[in-house]
Amino acid sequence: MNTIVDGLGVEGVHVWLGERHVLKGVSLTLRPRELLHVSGPNGTGKTTLLRVVCGLLRPEQGSVNWLGRSITTYRTEYQAALAYASHEPALKSDLTALENLRFAVGLKRRITADELLAALNRTGVGACADLPARVLSAGQRRRVAMARVLAMNASVWLLDEPYTNLDASGADLLSGLLQAHIEAGGLALVVAHHELKLPCNIRRLELNS
Amino acid sequence: MNVGAGQAFVLIVRRELCLSFRRPEQLFQPLVFFLIVTTLFPLGLSLQLSQLRDIAPGVLWVAALLSSLLSLDSLFKNDADDGTLEQLALSGQGLTLIVVAKTCAHWLVTGLALVVVSPIVATALDIPIAAFETMMLSLALGTLTLSWLGAIGAGLTIGLRRGNVLLSLIVLPLATPLLIFGAAATERAISGTSTVGALYFLAALCVFTCTLAPFAATAALRITLE
Amino acid sequence: MWTWFYKLASPPYVYGVAAALMPWLLGGAALAIAYGLTAGLALAPPDYQQGDAFRMIYVHVPGAILSLTVYMVMAAASAVALIWRIKVGHAVAAASAPIGASFALMALVTGSLWGRPMWGTYWAWDPRLTSELILLFIYVGVMSLRSAFEDPARGDRAAALLAVVGVVNVPIVHFSVVWWNSLHQGATIVKLGAPSMPGSMLWPLLSMWLGFMLFYGAVLCTRVQAEVLNRERQAAWVREAIKS
Repeated sequence: MNTIVDGLGVEGVHVWLGERHVLKGVSLTLRPRELLHVSGPNGTGKTTLLRVVCGLLRPEQGSVNWLGRSITTYRTEYQAALAYASHEPALKSDLTALENLRFAVGLKRRITADELLAALNRTGVGACADLPARVLSAGQRRRVAMARVLAMNASVWLLDEPYTNLDASGADLLSGLLQAHIEAGGLALVVAHHELKLPCNIRRLELNS
Repeated sequence: MNVGAGQAFVLIVRRELCLSFRRPEQLFQPLVFFLIVTTLFPLGLSLQLSQLRDIAPGVLWVAALLSSLLSLDSLFKNDADDGTLEQLALSGQGLTLIVVAKTCAHWLVTGLALVVVSPIVATALDIPIAAFETMMLSLALGTLTLSWLGAIGAGLTIGLRRGNVLLSLIVLPLATPLLIFGAAATERAISGTSTVGALYFLAALCVFTCTLAPFAATAALRITLE
Repeated sequence: MWTWFYKLASPPYVYGVAAALMPWLLGGAALAIAYGLTAGLALAPPDYQQGDAFRMIYVHVPGAILSLTVYMVMAAASAVALIWRIKVGHAVAAASAPIGASFALMALVTGSLWGRPMWGTYWAWDPRLTSELILLFIYVGVMSLRSAFEDPARGDRAAALLAVVGVVNVPIVHFSVVWWNSLHQGATIVKLGAPSMPGSMLWPLLSMWLGFMLFYGAVLCTRVQAEVLNRERQAAWVREAIKS
């Protein structure tokens, strides 16, 4: 029973998707200044685990706690503290990059256009601010999604394959952002099928069938 | 730093309206469908103008129901397909607020648009101008109720194959009271008798649905998202 | 009392109860229907107005009542399954839906056949038949929704929500159809006044109603057994049950 009160605690989570028993009693803890790298072969439930930690998927058994409290009862507080980046960049193709950010981040905190532009500049897509998302390349869209995560000012980053479609400079940028986030006291759970090379404290969780 | 419910509501409505107006052709399609379907009835029945008035309320209402259903399919589907629905669900504003905001915005661009276009269709069906007020009021109440019934159906059928057919199959039986009271109100307005009873029933249905449907639609979305 | 409720949540328990009850329900149904049909079709005197045609009442009315009752059971089981997350509720709802739809269809067909000698036509938009038709559409919607999902658990929950939403609507639909019909003064199919119906006509009717209820119970037991076996097929107790 590891109910930690300063971070994220996942206890005995079981998930069935249809017939498949995808997650079999997974437990983990994540404290500030820690990065948890979830890895494993395809189909072992990495994305499913991430969605359970987000609160998007309710497990058949088990619990997820943030600061010692269940995320289902304290949903609003937990959601205010997290930023989730799914495998797709999750942008509306008809809206500009700036509008996408405004409508997403604006629901979580009061934010000005300047702050949003600063976030876009930080991830290197400031020039794309007024372009509709459908004309952006896959790499640019990934950077806009990263800017969204940055702009949310969240303590918990839940990232699913964030390095997809990023070139070498993009990957370095992302690693830098992750490093800065961890050093500032944040938490990060990153699903990635490759090695993460970061100077910070990386813990690993390997899922296997 | 936190965003209040009212501000969040307005922001989501603005998002929906922004998205709708970026694709204006998709706004016009249900309206054109409305016009086409009402044209089909006189053509199919080869009626004189004087006889049209008898079937007009029913034709108008059936056409309005079918046109509204066309666009309901996309209420949640677009956001579910590109992953933004999950982002909305994690925004901290609660799924119910999101559902309410999206459905209200949807009604503004479909139901309200139908109400505005209805005088044109009514003239083509020989409905007298004196009946327009009741007709438009009944359509406004009816399309709002239908948007809510459709929100429940849309929440249940996101991502299913032939989801739009299933959506109609689910929503239309539940919408028969709307049709009955709405067409009756319009018919009474045409014949000059009292429309109060039918309108009150329609309003009661609307209030009832608008109060309870948000929770059902939220539950439907949760079932699909999880 | 709550222990009984929670015991009902266990699939093997429900399987056992259903297996035990089924023969009794079927036997009772057979007796009640046998009496009802003989007394109703052969022994009861012909109606002064409708002649022998009225005998359709012995199948039509219980069928219509059952179609509504089964819907209530389905909605209640769905609500239990959704609120308390008791999976057996989904099995009961899934088992009931086709039975209720069949009763609704039977009521419609017998009502239509009855209408022929009464109104000279097979369908005349009688308010009760019309709301029965809409009820059939709602049943079809619930069954279609359940089968449209690839993940059966999600299909169950979606169909359950629709059943609960529908139960709120069924009285509204019925009322509005009756209101609609009152505008047109259509023919109603049956003037059922229980006190004014002589005993020789009433008792067979009540017996048929009871018989149909028991029959529903019996078929429900069998179908629930099948549903539970299917849903729990990975569990160990299922392998034991199939062997025996």
